Amino acid sequence: MGVAILAEGLVKRFGTVVAVDGLDLEVPEGTVLGLLGPNGAGKTTTVRMLSTLLKPDRGRLEVGGIDVDLYPQRVRKVIGLSGQSAAVDEYLTGYENLEMIGRLYQLGKSKARERANDLLERFELTDAANRPVKTYSGGMRRRLDLAAALIVSPPVVFLDEPTTGLDPRSRMGMWDIIGERVRSGATVLLTTQYLEEADRLADEIVVIDKGKAIARGKADELKREFGGERLVVVVRERAELEPVRQMLDEVSGGRAVADVSAHEISAEVTSGPRALTDVVLRLNAAEIDPVDIGIHRPTLDDVFLKLTGHAAEEKSQ
Amino acid sequence: MTAMVGTLHDGWVVTKRNLIKIRRIPDLLIFSTIQPIMFVLLFAYVFGGSIQIPGVSYKDYLMPGIFVQTVAFGAGITAIGLADDMQRGIVDRFRSLPMSRAAVLVGRTTSDLLNNLFTVIVMSLTGLLVGWRIHTGFGKGLAGYVLLLLFAYSMSWISAVIGLSAKSVEVAQSAGFIWMFPLTFLSSAFVAIDTLPGWLQPIANWNPISALALSLRDLWGNAPEGLARGHGFPADHPVLLSLMWCTLILAVCVPLAINRYRRAAHR
Repeated sequence: MGVAILAEGLVKRFGTVVAVDGLDLEVPEGTVLGLLGPNGAGKTTTVRMLSTLLKPDRGRLEVGGIDVDLYPQRVRKVIGLSGQSAAVDEYLTGYENLEMIGRLYQLGKSKARERANDLLERFELTDAANRPVKTYSGGMRRRLDLAAALIVSPPVVFLDEPTTGLDPRSRMGMWDIIGERVRSGATVLLTTQYLEEADRLADEIVVIDKGKAIARGKADELKREFGGERLVVVVRERAELEPVRQMLDEVSGGRAVADVSAHEISAEVTSGPRALTDVVLRLNAAEIDPVDIGIHRPTLDDVFLKLTGHAAEEKSQ
Repeated sequence: MTAMVGTLHDGWVVTKRNLIKIRRIPDLLIFSTIQPIMFVLLFAYVFGGSIQIPGVSYKDYLMPGIFVQTVAFGAGITAIGLADDMQRGIVDRFRSLPMSRAAVLVGRTTSDLLNNLFTVIVMSLTGLLVGWRIHTGFGKGLAGYVLLLLFAYSMSWISAVIGLSAKSVEVAQSAGFIWMFPLTFLSSAFVAIDTLPGWLQPIANWNPISALALSLRDLWGNAPEGLARGHGFPADHPVLLSLMWCTLILAVCVPLAINRYRRAAHR
């Protein structure tokens, strides 16, 4: 299987800020790479370089086997770009946007028309096809944006934070659409701030921070590495902390941690549901009535805390 | 040759997009209609009585000046349109597509030229209403309009360079227009050159706005016998000087704008 996207030693500086700092990427044909990181990690800069919008200061880039620096115009024929890096036109209707982009991909008039209508139907935008995009909801706009990237069914697709800012329902809708696209054989590079999204869509995940890859692997591997699920119990009385800590220690094999001021005890567990059932039974037997109990799945914040020792939020600015 | 055809094709696609936008936001069109009407009426009735140009009705003398000034300001919207497209990320979308690198600029300047053409038509009708006439024949009359629109198109490319260099729409808005005030007023658009202070006269003499205004006056028969035309080459060959200015502006600004477009990044 060939390599669809290749980046070697990619570097980009803006003044004194190093946005991308020696990044290597290799995405096999027909697979999905999730580029996971907080705001300012260098995700968008990387996508902009891969999609010919920005020249790297150093490093080699190939998309679809074509050198991006030498033949940008050839690269543009095989890529589709959607998300934060590119926009649809607010004053045009959904149909006009797609038809125009089809024409600029050098499709003939009738072909562009046909593809525009096809995609509007597939992305459930037919009813809104003749309304200016200004009147669209956030979810509809993202769907149209994605349709614009897929108008010529390009073999390589870049999705730059395709669901950031969407409500959970629209996000699920987008995931279905992207998943469907992936199954039809395109190579996708997806950037996201959500581990859940990368988990759901990506074959391989690269976690980046300050322009550097700090971890890579399959979603499961990373999750295992990041400590998997955690069982968390919040108790009412300070006196209950110690007995509950002991219970969690037994269930998790000595990995319980207590936060005294928050009345919270937590422990990494290998199987959340089993540990939960176990602890609930023990709490009942000890007649302890907790304020809260639950399984916490690793979030991007956990990943970051684990990998870098600082929280993802702080990284925003 | 194929590159040329590609640019024209893609440029036309972008032009159509810009024209749709004008239709969807009619404010822009209303502004382009009201402004020239207002100018013609203000100059004709407010200044018409107080500014004396010997030997001719001031309205006849004035109209070519207003035409030139109005299309110059009309070209200023090129900067705003491009800055707006950059800020919204539309330019990035275009730059990621396998289309001609010049097409977005060709499309923008073409749709702005059509906007200016519309303005010129409105202005001509208003001019006719207040008593302005073309006193020469059809050929010269038409030549005047063609020269005026060529100038409008050239000015759009200066404006394109400004729009692509501006960091935001607001900057494009002020930077795109501010230099036009001295440019249009230090000229023979509204007053005879020999009424200006001595040190300003050479500037006004060679100013492209003066060249255009004088060309139109000659071509349309709006220049009276004995009009102070300025001095030397500009006075003797205004049409040639106008063409030279347009050529120079396009030769400098087209490559410059395309270069800026290639590097444009919206953040």
